[in-house]
Amino acid sequence: MSYTGGHILLSSQREGQISRFPAWVMVVVPLGAILFQVYVPLFFEFLSFLEMPLLVVVYFALMRRSQIAGLTVGALVGLAQDSLSKNPLGMLGIVNTLVGYFAASVGLRLDVDHPLIRMLLTFFFFLFHQLFYWLMARALLGQQLAFEVQRTLVLGLLNAVVGISLFHFLDKLRKAT
Amino acid sequence: MESFLNRYRSITVLLLVILAQLVLVAFQVKNDRDVRMIRVWTVTAVTPVARLVEGLRGGSLGFIRNYVMLRDTHEENRRLQAEVGRLKLDNYYLKSELNMAERAKALAVFQSQTPSKTVAATVIGIGAGTNSKVVMVDRGTVSGVERGMAVVTPDGIVGKVITAYPMASSVLLITDPDFAAGVVSQKSRVHGTLKGQGTPVCRVDYVPFEEKVEPGEWLYTSGDDRIFPRGFPVGVVKVVRGAQPFKEILVDPSGMARGLEDVLILVEGVHQPIPDSPPANQPVFIGSPPPADDGKAPDNPRNGPPGAPAGTEADKLRTQYQDIGAAQGHKFGEGVPGSKPPDFNLKPGPAGAPAGSGAAPPPSKAAPPPGGASHP
Repeated sequence: MSYTGGHILLSSQREGQISRFPAWVMVVVPLGAILFQVYVPLFFEFLSFLEMPLLVVVYFALMRRSQIAGLTVGALVGLAQDSLSKNPLGMLGIVNTLVGYFAASVGLRLDVDHPLIRMLLTFFFFLFHQLFYWLMARALLGQQLAFEVQRTLVLGLLNAVVGISLFHFLDKLRKAT
Repeated sequence: MESFLNRYRSITVLLLVILAQLVLVAFQVKNDRDVRMIRVWTVTAVTPVARLVEGLRGGSLGFIRNYVMLRDTHEENRRLQAEVGRLKLDNYYLKSELNMAERAKALAVFQSQTPSKTVAATVIGIGAGTNSKVVMVDRGTVSGVERGMAVVTPDGIVGKVITAYPMASSVLLITDPDFAAGVVSQKSRVHGTLKGQGTPVCRVDYVPFEEKVEPGEWLYTSGDDRIFPRGFPVGVVKVVRGAQPFKEILVDPSGMARGLEDVLILVEGVHQPIPDSPPANQPVFIGSPPPADDGKAPDNPRNGPPGAPAGTEADKLRTQYQDIGAAQGHKFGEGVPGSKPPDFNLKPGPAGAPAGSGAAPPPSKAAPPPGGASHP
């Protein structure tokens, strides 16, 4: 599917085609994103700001345009992230589940092939991810994590910029319709 | 009912998944237990790929270094670095013993005691998640690693194993907010609890206000936590602030000062005494060498006469008094008590002859005896 006009709202369900991906993409890409997060900052510490798993969840949820598929990808990726951290299992799982669900809901209504829409959505979901995790850590675990608004906004912007390039690359892995 | 569920299928699934994960979190938090199975699955899925990537990275880098650039030098360097690390630990152990007792006794004690048994491990990944200070290392239960074991480098403690999998382990770093260890100060033997803050600097809690701890003082593990053996370096006290009822102490940890790539897991820890002197590998400041003597008259009168040797003020003063003594035929250290001392108000000329006393040094009463000018 290619972006053809200036509109960003879908006038009908038929306009929003469901993107399909080969099975290996659905396994390798999230695994690669998790691996990126745990391995690459070892050598390039400045890349630790990148929330690759979140970007992948947002992408698949937006493009699959299925709320159940979105929340499933979000839950699995979130639980995998939890498994590799010291947090109780489910903390990032819940956050990513919600991100996947809401991203898929948005994908049903917006033309998510539009780069500007993608950037705004990635920025918004990054902020939602950070804020919701901070709230849950305080409410469920009693952790007093710092929430730096300015830093979070900058990181959200950086992730959104990287997200556009990543989404463009992942578009090439879609099955031809 | 069925039509209702079909209509609200997505939101129903969402609520079920969220609820399931909330129950999962609640179970872990309330029982303080981990759902190990899911973690094992993920680690088993991720670590082989991480090993593969690390192998490819190391292999390609190794090829470039070993065969293209330096051939065998890289391998030799790795071997020597490993040996230096081992020798540092041995050296540290020996020095701490020698500081406490005589050499013969220390050697006897050293022979009778076995140093900590360690397993070398390489960091292959960092923990996922916000503010995470956890790393993954490539040694697990197969290598004898167990949960709770201490992780150190030759420079100091690094963290502790929080989860041991068959082929890998998670290490909670000293900088993590959940980390805590018992420490003791080197000079005054004040006990406290070291805690991470999520930043490169740690803090020490529970040191009473009236105890004396100074910046620059070294902290060592106290062994009270039953994880870290006593006597391992922890770091240098950076800031001490007086507060009630406990002091506010910030510590610069030494274990990760030179990066975190290879670590040692203490399989069998051996307690060691707290040394009286800081670790031998503490950096020492060495000033720049003195400028070359170009024969010109110095601008600053404190620098002494032309041709005077460079050095400290004491060196210059001693040389000046030796010249005065030589000009008056006086030999220091040979005069009997009550004999006339040389006149320190006379200043020797350039050729060694006595000159006027215009720019003379302070009177002899205030000056130290020539032989007493010590060299630092």
